[in-house]
Amino acid sequence: MAVIDLANPTRFINFVNRALPWFAAATAIAFAFGLVLTMNAPDDYQQGATVKIMYIHVPTAWLSMMCWGVMSVAALGTLVWRHPLADVAGKAAAPIGTAFTFICLITGSLWGRPTWGTYWVWDARLTSMLVLFLLYLGMLALYWTAEDPGRGSRAAAILALVGAINIPIIKFSVEYWNTLHQPASLFRKGGSAIDPSILWPLLIMALAFTLLFFTLHFAAMRNEILRRRVRTMQMMQAQELAGAQT
Amino acid sequence: MSMFFAILVRDMRLSVRVGGGALMGALFFLIVVVMMPFAIGPDLNLLARIGPAILWLGALLATLLALDRLFATDYDDGSLDLLMMGRMPLELAVAAKAIAHWLTTGLPLVIIAPVLGLMLNVEMRAMGWVALTLLAGTPALTFIGLIGAALSVTLRRGGLLLAVLVLPLTIPVLIFGVAAANAAIVGPAPFGPPFTILCALSLASFVLGPFAAAAALRHGLE
Repeated sequence: MAVIDLANPTRFINFVNRALPWFAAATAIAFAFGLVLTMNAPDDYQQGATVKIMYIHVPTAWLSMMCWGVMSVAALGTLVWRHPLADVAGKAAAPIGTAFTFICLITGSLWGRPTWGTYWVWDARLTSMLVLFLLYLGMLALYWTAEDPGRGSRAAAILALVGAINIPIIKFSVEYWNTLHQPASLFRKGGSAIDPSILWPLLIMALAFTLLFFTLHFAAMRNEILRRRVRTMQMMQAQELAGAQT
Repeated sequence: MSMFFAILVRDMRLSVRVGGGALMGALFFLIVVVMMPFAIGPDLNLLARIGPAILWLGALLATLLALDRLFATDYDDGSLDLLMMGRMPLELAVAAKAIAHWLTTGLPLVIIAPVLGLMLNVEMRAMGWVALTLLAGTPALTFIGLIGAALSVTLRRGGLLLAVLVLPLTIPVLIFGVAAANAAIVGPAPFGPPFTILCALSLASFVLGPFAAAAALRHGLE
């Protein structure tokens, strides 16, 4: 079966029904490995055990941005090819991205309390994450207010692309506005500044969260396809009833 | 090009005549700025320090409030359908509408900003600079808001949804606008860099806004 065949919603549902247990199992195994490695990872000499929050905080931060990327690709599919599966993929990704951003903010806040002595500071990275969260909430608000799912998906697709252009600008301007947070330490010139004993558990946890994202995304896409079918059936039934009465 | 100006003039005429509400934004701006000292207190030193921020916030909210009218009335009376079916590219028509909207709601804000600055004890010599930042920045607010207005008219919802969609996208404009205004008043940072970035944001949104808004209308209203 070619990948292109999956574009058919029925085939996609069949694929998801077969693949989902494997994805879930892979997620569970990756989390088991990652959590054991995390528990065995050395504590920070200054921060103590609180540094372990990083193993949840950093992967969710990456995924919250990747999720907007997934939504932007889905948005192109919606606007260029008008593909119903792209609509579904975009809609299913929005709440997952919101949840990852929320987890990232909460863990960051819990990490900030022992490290910086406060739950919230208006520093550049926290603030740009908060703005990303607001953009996700705006996206959800758009889906909530749209009565017709197709129309809502196209509006959300435009917003996703506008957001994709704007997010780097917002990030840049927030950094200009205030820089207190430590600069990025993993992806930078001259290799990683993180010791391998911390880096490996972090990468495994990132893999685990990515697998979790795909598991949730596929399940949410299947549910959304089924929900739309139920909606269509209900409308057809209502039409039949209305026809019978006249 | 004559069609472009025809739309521009039509929209400006509509907004200055009865029921247009062109100066409503400026009136709202005045009221917001007057409300601020009641919340903060009449301390002139404090007001002078946060004056530019109050002016910028007021201008942002006033622009946002007026955006609702950008497409809603045209959608209601059907002229939006005519614009979409016309020979002129929708992007150009939308840009003409946005420029007319800025001339009737954004420009009055820039003009009355120095007067409001007096009430907030902003220094006399800096007043021109603050107004200049508003002149450079409010087009960006209108053109970013244009996208939100197009999205919300396709969903037949305005008001709060529009604010929720547009406000996060205007954060860069607010940051660089207030930074440039503060640089002009208190320094020590130079006025140039934030001001030029503010101009860049306006120009970029001038390009992006009409295309995104036209795409939203095309995909949403069919």
